[in-house]
Amino acid sequence: MSTAAIGHYTSTGQDTRKIAFWTFIGSECMLFGTLIATYLSYEGKSVVGPTPQEILNIPLTSVSTFVLLMSSLAMVLALAAVMRGDTRYSKVWLATTAVLGAVFLVFQAFEFTQFVDEGLKISTNLFGSTFFVLTGCHGLHVLVGVIWLATLLIMSARGKLGPEKAMNVEIAGLYWHFVDVVWIVIFTVVYLIQRGPAA
Amino acid sequence: MSQEVLEKPSAHPSARVYLSIAAILTAITVVEVAIFYIPAIRGTMVLAPVLLLLSAGKFALVVMFYMHLKPDSKLFTAIFTAPLVLAAAVILALMTLLGAWVY
Repeated sequence: MSTAAIGHYTSTGQDTRKIAFWTFIGSECMLFGTLIATYLSYEGKSVVGPTPQEILNIPLTSVSTFVLLMSSLAMVLALAAVMRGDTRYSKVWLATTAVLGAVFLVFQAFEFTQFVDEGLKISTNLFGSTFFVLTGCHGLHVLVGVIWLATLLIMSARGKLGPEKAMNVEIAGLYWHFVDVVWIVIFTVVYLIQRGPAA
Repeated sequence: MSQEVLEKPSAHPSARVYLSIAAILTAITVVEVAIFYIPAIRGTMVLAPVLLLLSAGKFALVVMFYMHLKPDSKLFTAIFTAPLVLAAAVILALMTLLGAWVY
């Protein structure tokens, strides 16, 4: 039994890092809650276009949503591989998760540049301001997750990610899945439920 | 509390369960997008509740199985659920205060 493992437990019987990270995720709920609230509060109130109905690309975003969902599957498979000490599949699934996250970011970058080309910038109207802040903040979280996964992949490649380090991967997984569930909400409330009149 | 109890790992689901969840998540997403394109539903009051219900289902599946809240300690469920409920309340309160229900 490692001393590190003993040192991370408290009277709750749970790993303190995990408790701390769930608390962080709780605070992230509040952050995205306020961003989503702001988007919904101003939805349909833009006095000039483009409006969501005119510009949102549902087929493209559906594919990127699928990519992010599959990255969550790869993440849990990576954690399972690390827990059983399977270094080969640890690397495979961590790399898969990071690549799928990067693909999602490419989709988002493509979408943003397309919107700018079509005349929607952050300063164009209320929709542009709230949309770019909300989805941009989510995109930044995905970027942080991809960097985090890349560091885990490097650790794994150096043989420093054995079963005793499974908690590190589990916490990274919690972050990644949280980013996924936030997108599940954004995809529904921003892309699929387009309330309000077209400008 | 003994170290055996402290270090006992929570029983995570099998790879088969993970794959089943992924299949269900994909199926729900396909249904969501399909509903969006059905003209008879798109302009009605039914669209939002149905999509929110489907989205909530996906959310719950990821949180329970991929984030392991189902097999893990209820302490984590409490730590996550309390701010989540608060965030939902903030969304509803802000939308009401800023007149988001009226066009």
